[in-house]
Amino acid sequence: MKVVIPGALLSYTAQRQVDASGATLGAVLAELDRQFPGIRFRMVDEQDRVRRHIRMFVNGDQVFDLSQPVRSTDEVVIVQALSGG
Amino acid sequence: MKGRRRTTPKTSAARAPAARRVVILVATRKGAWLYHGDAARKTWRVDGPHFLGHVISHLVLDPRDGRTLLAAAKTGHLGPTVFRSTDLGRTWKEAARPPAFAKAPEGEKGRSVDHTFWLTPAPAAEPNVWYAGTSPQGLFRSADGGVTWEPFSGINDDPQYRTWMGTVQDGTPDGPKLHSIIVDPRDSRHLYFAMSGGGVHESIDGGRTFAPLVKGLEVVEGFDAANVAFHDPHCVRLAPSNPDRLYQQNHCGLYRLDRPSKEWVRVGRQMPKRAGDIGFPLVVHPRDADTVWMFPMDGTTVWPRTSPEGIPAAYVTRNGGKSWQRLDGGLPKRQAWWTVKRQAMTADARDPVGLYFGTTSGELWQSRDEGRRWSCMARHLPEIYAVEAAEPA
Repeated sequence: MKVVIPGALLSYTAQRQVDASGATLGAVLAELDRQFPGIRFRMVDEQDRVRRHIRMFVNGDQVFDLSQPVRSTDEVVIVQALSGG
Repeated sequence: MKGRRRTTPKTSAARAPAARRVVILVATRKGAWLYHGDAARKTWRVDGPHFLGHVISHLVLDPRDGRTLLAAAKTGHLGPTVFRSTDLGRTWKEAARPPAFAKAPEGEKGRSVDHTFWLTPAPAAEPNVWYAGTSPQGLFRSADGGVTWEPFSGINDDPQYRTWMGTVQDGTPDGPKLHSIIVDPRDSRHLYFAMSGGGVHESIDGGRTFAPLVKGLEVVEGFDAANVAFHDPHCVRLAPSNPDRLYQQNHCGLYRLDRPSKEWVRVGRQMPKRAGDIGFPLVVHPRDADTVWMFPMDGTTVWPRTSPEGIPAAYVTRNGGKSWQRLDGGLPKRQAWWTVKRQAMTADARDPVGLYFGTTSGELWQSRDEGRRWSCMARHLPEIYAVEAAEPA
């Protein structure tokens, strides 16, 4: 499926949109990490919690649960919220 | 020697090694810079920024090969990682497995590393071994040059240590830190570390067990010094020329410990009252265990943590803390409200020793004569978190 990558993670993928497969959102992130080593830990911590400023959308709906099922026709958009100075 | 004031920088019997060029490694809240010095340490070639926009807590050159750099990094919005370069910063590669706590059992709330704060290479007898301290407080080890990291020693999940570590609310404004990881250069099984909240600890069995080393240290008035959780070490340094001697800059004064004693002695009592003996960093002479530099800060009332009276100065003792002299030549004489963080002051190994410090207002200063005269190396950098001096191969 299509996965849209936030600008802060382009150092891993070098492209805004990549393809990754998986039956759940967590599996898609694991597949992303196989393609782009290290990218998952920047978004998800060691307790499998999505990090504070990362948001994930499946077909426009925000998803917090990594066990959420996804289909190959879905679009996953990863967004990095901005704050600070 | 007692009471005699030296007029020239001290050179001990153990002479400095043949002069090699010095590189200053500057870690900031917005990236990292390398300053390559000429042979005289007068002009500096700037290499940077590296990782612009990343929070770099520590940048360290591996003294065992003089080429490998490790950078503890995160951004405000992404998780933490460690970057590694084997060509002195020309190229970087991310650690395959950065420091991370163990996954908590189902139903329990586990901790996650917010950032790696401290990096320590092991002595030459243990090539490729590194230690890392994190925030929240955790201890990690790499046996492959920083490519993969594992929790080390069991303290991260030890119930007693977790009590001493406290919670995020007990730490510094950007989180409690495990810092000052020290490996005895004579015996890699002999380790020390400190926690910004939670005392100083020692292991003599390679990290299998640790025990507190806080006797003689004071705590904030009204608290119980017997409770390890109330001890607040800012920076602990081992004397390179005498590994049986340690110095500690603490929230409650400046101390010395001569092993095998387990009782710290407050040598900062001899500091002038005007300056006090509160600060963050501490630097020990590379060849003289009696010579130590500190950088006082205002620890009164609400703890501004700025230079006392807005007049920055370093202080040096050349007799193990019996007396101290002010070193402010070349530094501003008024309205300079500097803060120098615990990792932001260091020394090179040249003779005379070069000293370097960075301020949270982004200024980098150096002295080529052991602190008698200071000059500004760089201005307008981001908030400086750490400064290290190293000698590339």
